[in-house]
Amino acid sequence: MPLIEYRDALNQAFAEEIERDPNVVLIGEEVAQYDGAYKVTRGLWKKYGDKRVMDTPISEAAFIGMGVGASMLGLRPVMELMFWSFATVAYDQIVNNAGQIRYMSGGLINCPIVIRGPANGGTNVGATHSHTPENWLAAIPGLKVVSAANAYDAKGLMKTAIRDNDPVMFMENTLLYGEKYEVPEEEYLIPLGLADVKREGTDVTLVAHGRAVLTALKAAELLAAEHDISAEVVDLRSIRPLDEATVLASVRKTHRAVLVDENKPFCGVSSQISSMIMEQAFDDLDAPVGRVCSLDAPAIYSPAVEPLQLPTPDRIIKKVREIC
Amino acid sequence: MTKSAARSVDHAEAPINANLSSEEKIQLLRGMVRIRRFELQAAKIYNAGKMGGFLHLYNGQESVAVGTTSLMGDNDHVITAYRNHGHALAVGMSMNECMAELYGKATGCSKGKGGSMHFFAPDKNYWGGHGIVGGQTPLGLGLAYGLKYKGLTGAALCFLGDGAVNQGCFYESLNMASLFELPVIYIIENNKYSMGTSMERSSVVDKCLAQRAEAFKIEWQQAGGEDIYEVRAVTKKAIDRAHKESKPMVLEFDTYRYYGHSVADAKHKGGYRQEEEIEKYKKEHDPIQLFKKRLIAEKVLSEEQFEAIDAGEKAEAIAASKFAEESPSPTEANIFEDVYFEVDRQTEAGRTGRHFFNN
Repeated sequence: MPLIEYRDALNQAFAEEIERDPNVVLIGEEVAQYDGAYKVTRGLWKKYGDKRVMDTPISEAAFIGMGVGASMLGLRPVMELMFWSFATVAYDQIVNNAGQIRYMSGGLINCPIVIRGPANGGTNVGATHSHTPENWLAAIPGLKVVSAANAYDAKGLMKTAIRDNDPVMFMENTLLYGEKYEVPEEEYLIPLGLADVKREGTDVTLVAHGRAVLTALKAAELLAAEHDISAEVVDLRSIRPLDEATVLASVRKTHRAVLVDENKPFCGVSSQISSMIMEQAFDDLDAPVGRVCSLDAPAIYSPAVEPLQLPTPDRIIKKVREIC
Repeated sequence: MTKSAARSVDHAEAPINANLSSEEKIQLLRGMVRIRRFELQAAKIYNAGKMGGFLHLYNGQESVAVGTTSLMGDNDHVITAYRNHGHALAVGMSMNECMAELYGKATGCSKGKGGSMHFFAPDKNYWGGHGIVGGQTPLGLGLAYGLKYKGLTGAALCFLGDGAVNQGCFYESLNMASLFELPVIYIIENNKYSMGTSMERSSVVDKCLAQRAEAFKIEWQQAGGEDIYEVRAVTKKAIDRAHKESKPMVLEFDTYRYYGHSVADAKHKGGYRQEEEIEKYKKEHDPIQLFKKRLIAEKVLSEEQFEAIDAGEKAEAIAASKFAEESPSPTEANIFEDVYFEVDRQTEAGRTGRHFFNN
């Protein structure tokens, strides 16, 4: 199987879906002639032209709203936010229009839109560009939220997201765009709402999404090598809908859970997972559920310090050893 | 075109009006009376405590919704803000489904899930009904973009109030509409007050609000909104331009609302505006009375016919209230329907993973 970069896996997903469905159109800042700020849409404008790959001015509220309006007429816009942090200026369009239109119209109107882009800290760009809004958005019934940890998942989930008839918020990661992973040449889809056990283990369950999955996998390696602790790593992949069964099955097997989350701790995705485990697997637990989140302050710029603000293998190991 | 110049013209002579049959003219009048009677009945049930939330009445502005939507072809679309009952009825929604929505009943156009501010009828090219001031303006842009993408000859009529012109996304939308040559027509219904703040206290105005379109090289026109002939003549040009050249336009109609921002707005009489101002407008500029007089002068209508139309619409509004009162409310289980398409249809996607997080 070819090893390809995360960004190229997404690029393949876009190309395949553009060719499959004439209603699919890529829209965003610099997605066309510039080839994408992070080269995720590289070459697509050249290949498919202005109609299918469209540059916009720096007007997130209007172009996201434009995508929502077009999706009501049956288009399947795939909207790039150069950073998910910029969703703050388009929040009304995302939350009130994409998120509520189906409900408020009593099911008469659909909004088959994908809004995508990187949502991560760790690149020394300061607090305004380092938000991880998956928890803000997953809190809105009507929206779906997806987060891919590797190229294989990114492609399979993106193709599904584009075909889904509800608004899907797709979280990518600038630190993962250049990461390579095996991606088959034949077509495949990954359903939303299906978690993936990325590493099997018996002593503790690490639950994560996005790049935190890689951090958890590193911690699991070290736990096995240095502490004789066997950690299972569950990648949520989809946050809403959420695959509770896979998480609960793992916790019922290991009896311990540490949640690894690049969200800030207050009402982060891990808060929901923690509550779910407590409510549904309390009797299976041998220890309190632990969490390792981004440290609870705005994202610091300092290149020397910022890596420590995100979850690190060290912090995960420390938390695991407290309960194992 | 200046306001005074616009009003010196008799818009009855515009081809779009001159070619109207007597029956079509009466239909325009009936459309306005229908809205008036629906809104009066809505005010009654609101004051009787039979509906919840807010109620933003359209009385006084009827000529704008009826005049503009009377020009819609198969591929012309409408979207507006929260003062949306007039537009909904004008595109052909029934009084029953609209009234039942006010009552929050399952037979309402949005199954009781939207309420007064959120009426929708996509089968009639009517896309709501939006509660956040100015929030619909990028959606109107998207409808126009969708039409152009699909290669259809049509226009998106996107209505907004004089308060909404100060929202940022409106200007982002104007820029993109002009840049991408999208057939969207922004129609500012200037009723002079954004809630309790007069236009003078909220907006920097040179000639008028629509003039701001100049900054984006978009054609604009300000016109009187009380004469339905004028509304039609002005809108027709904008629709033709959208159809033929795929160009946006901004229209501004002078109009007035008889009630407050919402019915709960106690300060609209004697607070931020004087009662005499309201009464003067009703007496001299009421769009229904003006058109009625006009049609009587044209010998298209008799006083008796008007009374019959008015009585008919009033009776239908009362009957719609009865229908709504007797209709069932949504059930608690209905709360979870119409959130996700895939869940409603129980597709494989809708059956995979947990979508709702109740215990």
